Amino acid sequence: MTHDHHHPHDHPHDNELDPFAARVRALETILTEKGLIDPAAVDAIVETYEHKVGPRNGARVVARAWADPEFSDWLARDATAAIASLGYTGRQGEHMQAVFNTEDTHNLIVCTLCSCYPWTVLGVPPVWYKAPPYRSQAVINPRGVLAEFGLKLPETTRIRVWDSTAELRYMVVPMRPAETADLGEEELARLVTRDCMIGTGLPLRPGSLSPDVLWPATGTAGTAP
Amino acid sequence: MSPRDPGQGADGDPAASSGAPFRLPPGSGPNAPVFAEPWQAQVFALAVALNERGLFSWSEWAAELSAHLARPGAAEDGGDYYRHWLAALEALLAKKGVAEPGSIDAVSAAWQRAAHATPHGQPIRLENDPER
Repeated sequence: MTHDHHHPHDHPHDNELDPFAARVRALETILTEKGLIDPAAVDAIVETYEHKVGPRNGARVVARAWADPEFSDWLARDATAAIASLGYTGRQGEHMQAVFNTEDTHNLIVCTLCSCYPWTVLGVPPVWYKAPPYRSQAVINPRGVLAEFGLKLPETTRIRVWDSTAELRYMVVPMRPAETADLGEEELARLVTRDCMIGTGLPLRPGSLSPDVLWPATGTAGTAP
Repeated sequence: MSPRDPGQGADGDPAASSGAPFRLPPGSGPNAPVFAEPWQAQVFALAVALNERGLFSWSEWAAELSAHLARPGAAEDGGDYYRHWLAALEALLAKKGVAEPGSIDAVSAAWQRAAHATPHGQPIRLENDPER
C-alpha cells in the first residue's frame, strides 16, 4: 500500500453551517451592525431561558398556594401580582391568570394560534405544545389529548380549555394530592410537574417521586431579567 | 378571557374534528432540551431582544408568528417551529425596513463561505470569509 493516505489530522476538515444556522448568524450580524441588538444581551437571554427559567418556578407558586390559603386567594384574584411576589416577573408573565382544578373541573391550557405560554413560571414551552395537532386537538378533543398523556379523568369531570394569547397567559393550579398534610413547601413543590401546570398531567404522589429525575440538579430557580 | 368549553358549542363536536390526532412525540419528557439546536435558541433570543428594544410589540410578533405557523405544510410534530419563528422574524424585519431578504441572503452566504474556510475545531468568524 503505497498510495497517499490522508490522515484526518493532516488536513483540516471544513466546517459546515446548516442553512438555518447561517441565516440566524446573518440576522445577528445585520442587527448588530445596525445597533439594534447587543450580542452579549442576546446570549444572556439564551442563558436565562435554557437554564434559569423553568417549571420549577411554577412549582413553587403551586406549592405556596397549597400551603397558604391567603396566597391561594390572591393567586386566584390577581395571579400576576401573587406570582411577582415570589420574584417571578418578566417577559410573557405580565398578565397571568391561574385556573384552579377542582373535583368537578379539570383545566387545560393551549395556544391555538401560536405558542403563547407563561414563560416566567414554566420556561419555554415543550415541542408538543407548539405542534399543530396539540393546538387544534386540545380544543376539539381534549379527552383524547389527555389520554395520550396517560391521563384518564372521570366522565363526569368537566374539562375547560383556556386559549392563551399574547396578552393573557394561564397556568393550571392542580389539586393538592392526598396524604401531603405533613409536607413542607419545598417537598410539595417537588410533586408539581410541568405537565400538571399545563393540565396534561396530575401532580406526583408522595413517595412516587425522584426529585433528581424531575428537576436536574443543575437547574436553578430564577427570574427573567 | 372566557374559556372554551368543549362540552358545549360547535367546538366540542368531535364529528367536526379535523386534522391529525395528537401524538406525544418520543423523547418529550420533562427534561427534554428546550432547544434542539443552538441556532433555535439564538433566533428565539433575537426576537425577545428586538421586542425589548421596542422594534415591535409582542402582539405584533404573535400575529406574524401565527400567520407563518398557519401556512399549509407545517410539520405535525412541531419540529419546524423555529424555522417558522425565523421566517416570521425575517418577514417582520422586512416590513420594518430593517433588513431586506436579499441582504440576509448575502450575509448568510458569507457566513457559509467563512465556515468552509475555517479549520475544524476553530470558531467560525465572518472575517474568515475569503470573499470579504
